[in-house]
Amino acid sequence: MNLEAKIPEAPIEQMWETHLDHLRLVGPRNRPHYRVIVVGSGLAGASAAASMASMGYQVDCFCFQDSPRRAHSIAAQGGINAAKDYRNDGDSVYRLFYDTQKGGDYRSREANVWRLAQLSTQIIDQAVAQGVPFAREYGGMLANRSFGGVLVERTFYCRGETGQQLLLGACSALAQQIAAGRVRMYPRTEFLDLVVIDGRARGIVVRDLVTGQISSHAAEAVVLATGGYSNIYYLSTNAKGCNVTATWRAHKRGAAFANPCFNQIHPTCIPASGEHQSKLTLMSESLRNDGRIWVPRNSEDTRAPSEISEKDRYYYLEERYPRFGNLVPRDVASRNAKNVCDDGLGVGPTGHGVYLDFRDAIADHGRDLIDDRYGNLFEMYERITGESPWKTPMRIYPAPHYTMGGLWVDYDLMTTLPGLFAIGEANFSDHGANRLGASSMMQCLADGYFIIPVTIGDYLSRHPYGEIDTNHSAFSDVERDVRDRIDGLISIRGSRSAASIHRELGQVMRDHCGIARNATGLQAALGEIPKLRERFRTELCIPGSGSDLNQSLEEAGRVEDFLDCAELMCRDALLRNESCGCHFREEHATEKGEALRDDVNFAHVTVWEHAGEGVVPEPTKEPLSFDALPLAQRNYKT
Amino acid sequence: MNFTLKIWRQRSHSEPGQMVRYDVDGVTPGMSFLEMMDLLNEQLTVGGEEPVAFDSDCREGICGMCSMVINGQAHGPARATTTCQLYMRQFEDGEEISVEPWRAAAFPLLRDLVVDRSAFDRIMQAGGYISVHSGPKPEPNSIPIENALAEEALDAACCIGCGACVAACPNGAAMLYTAAKVSHLGILPQGQPERYTRVTRMVAQMEHEGFGSCRNYAECEAACPKEISIKFIGRMNRDYLTATLRRPIKRDGPMDSQ
Repeated sequence: MNLEAKIPEAPIEQMWETHLDHLRLVGPRNRPHYRVIVVGSGLAGASAAASMASMGYQVDCFCFQDSPRRAHSIAAQGGINAAKDYRNDGDSVYRLFYDTQKGGDYRSREANVWRLAQLSTQIIDQAVAQGVPFAREYGGMLANRSFGGVLVERTFYCRGETGQQLLLGACSALAQQIAAGRVRMYPRTEFLDLVVIDGRARGIVVRDLVTGQISSHAAEAVVLATGGYSNIYYLSTNAKGCNVTATWRAHKRGAAFANPCFNQIHPTCIPASGEHQSKLTLMSESLRNDGRIWVPRNSEDTRAPSEISEKDRYYYLEERYPRFGNLVPRDVASRNAKNVCDDGLGVGPTGHGVYLDFRDAIADHGRDLIDDRYGNLFEMYERITGESPWKTPMRIYPAPHYTMGGLWVDYDLMTTLPGLFAIGEANFSDHGANRLGASSMMQCLADGYFIIPVTIGDYLSRHPYGEIDTNHSAFSDVERDVRDRIDGLISIRGSRSAASIHRELGQVMRDHCGIARNATGLQAALGEIPKLRERFRTELCIPGSGSDLNQSLEEAGRVEDFLDCAELMCRDALLRNESCGCHFREEHATEKGEALRDDVNFAHVTVWEHAGEGVVPEPTKEPLSFDALPLAQRNYKT
Repeated sequence: MNFTLKIWRQRSHSEPGQMVRYDVDGVTPGMSFLEMMDLLNEQLTVGGEEPVAFDSDCREGICGMCSMVINGQAHGPARATTTCQLYMRQFEDGEEISVEPWRAAAFPLLRDLVVDRSAFDRIMQAGGYISVHSGPKPEPNSIPIENALAEEALDAACCIGCGACVAACPNGAAMLYTAAKVSHLGILPQGQPERYTRVTRMVAQMEHEGFGSCRNYAECEAACPKEISIKFIGRMNRDYLTATLRRPIKRDGPMDSQ
């Protein structure tokens, strides 16, 4: 497998400019002849589709929701990082690069991370020009707050709904291009397979979710902006519809998958209240700026939290990590929460919860200021749990949230399959083994607004346009595969819903491939998953037909891909016999219980190729180098 | 908890629909309304019946996908709450609950509780943007924006596009939605160059889509899960009026300008 990442030959500070200077371009007269498919309309997809269309390319954009604005980027709450140094607190491109590399526990590609830090400032400029109403100080300047894992204030925000405002910005640019006729938008349309002709991605096959119609779409290049696969755990902070189908089916058609086991468990979510739970709700990490996390020191302490005196409270993050306190990175916060709950100190009906307390912040800063900062989050919490954070501490527990793993891409964001690009959460490149808060939107928009519009030109310029249309036999072959698969699922006629099997898969993954993993558990999971898949293939029930709106069918197709992907995740987690970032192998911990990396054997990206049904794949390694920032043990204590 | 649900079932836009009665038990107060619907659908699936089709995605009140008229109210009885954020503790054990889709001429029904809200997207395409390309932009702090102004823009921009305003309006009007979108950009300095063409085009598209007219019932504000104020409708009307009174900019020739 060719894993040439195409990192430019230049000092890291000048790599991106050097690369831009040498990329091949498509001239403005030729751009309208090229058609590009963008799958997904979140921050990455919408910004990419709008940017490419405004340059003149013809773009077809697809999303399964009823409107591009509903993609799950909308739910990002806290903010977006940029190395603007508006607060004069020592921030810089280097510092943002450093924090991201360190936060990712040195498992990402330096060149990509540097570029991300570099482009961060432009994103804010772009968003403000589009009319994104970022929070302002009283003097009219942009406001900032701080986020986990860093010592500067560089996060830009719109109350607790930064994701919605940034996505509305990107979608407004998309709307303009739709109106101009340069983007054809296909809502309620699901990507079901990729069409590869002579080793190049040349189109996709989709299903209209309202009419059930299967159709083909040809293009000179395909961009996947289809997000992550945290829903593999059934309970996650992702939207109900988030899935791995697009990236997984592209993987089966030849795109390699990198670091599938790197999955982030977000520390501040509302704990599950029972069996019926359909998803978990995230409470913005920004709450950790002012909230203090604690559990009772004594596991038998059943008093109401307000009655527990200061000396009986265990502020475990502040005690264990005096320098960062409650603002340690997400992986560290999640692991410590699990840790205290495993020790029997957890609170709430299930024992899987810790307190996030605003008592002191309200006393120090006053109710008005806290209301300004977190009012809407407090309301949301109360609506869900029936308890008011003004009166009693919130209860939180970690939940699967973001997948750092994804399709392998080179510096141009192209996968191992020529003509297929992956951007945003769908690719693997920038966050290593752990993503820092407020950096997912930064990556999506850097990819969509600034990187893919130019790098795709380099690829397109090397290929003629208009050679292939959907009359090519490859399209009818893939359409037939898709129809056969749908008919196969419907004809099982068993007695179980896809959701019930998905719930079982989630339990297996949470138990064995979640916050903490070990070889025995992962092997157990690798034994369980094929059995689950067998049950899926014999017991599944899909009422109705494939020829109209059928939500059971949509769900079943997604669960089938999750079952396959889960196996690869466990295999990858088993192979990576070290702890790093979110991937915590219990066999590898420092004396103090921190993740212990093995840089001699594992300073690489594990890249998997699909080997065929039922064949155990052999991975390839992309070695990582650390020139700009030498390897070091992460330390958030001193 | 047990409930009797009366749910609107309709196979497609062209076929007639009807209310169908279902009993659902084993509901807990901590379940969300949609989780209760999941439970019903699980029962139906296992029994070989087609589950009730309904829209939902983020289930945390921000994507705007969920859309049910519950006991006659868009998004149900709780104020400032989307359907997905409505919890069963809001209801009495044993209660009969009616569940219907958004009903409006401009939102054709697709199936059961699922409607087509693409008219909203077309209103946005008519002018709901600031025309900028992607690429280097001026330093954002070079245009200071008063804190209260940015907050006011956000009060409008927080619209999640769910359509409850239309469903709640006796006339099926989309004035609150359109006003929120027009005001978000119209309040900010960046939105000024296109302010009047934007409002003209978006209002024209809104009317073209078949939404009804505003009669100041204010049902929209009461149903809005983000509590967007109808003051924005007044603001849009002022902008619209100004736009119709403005003379097009006439670029004079050399002689005229003397």
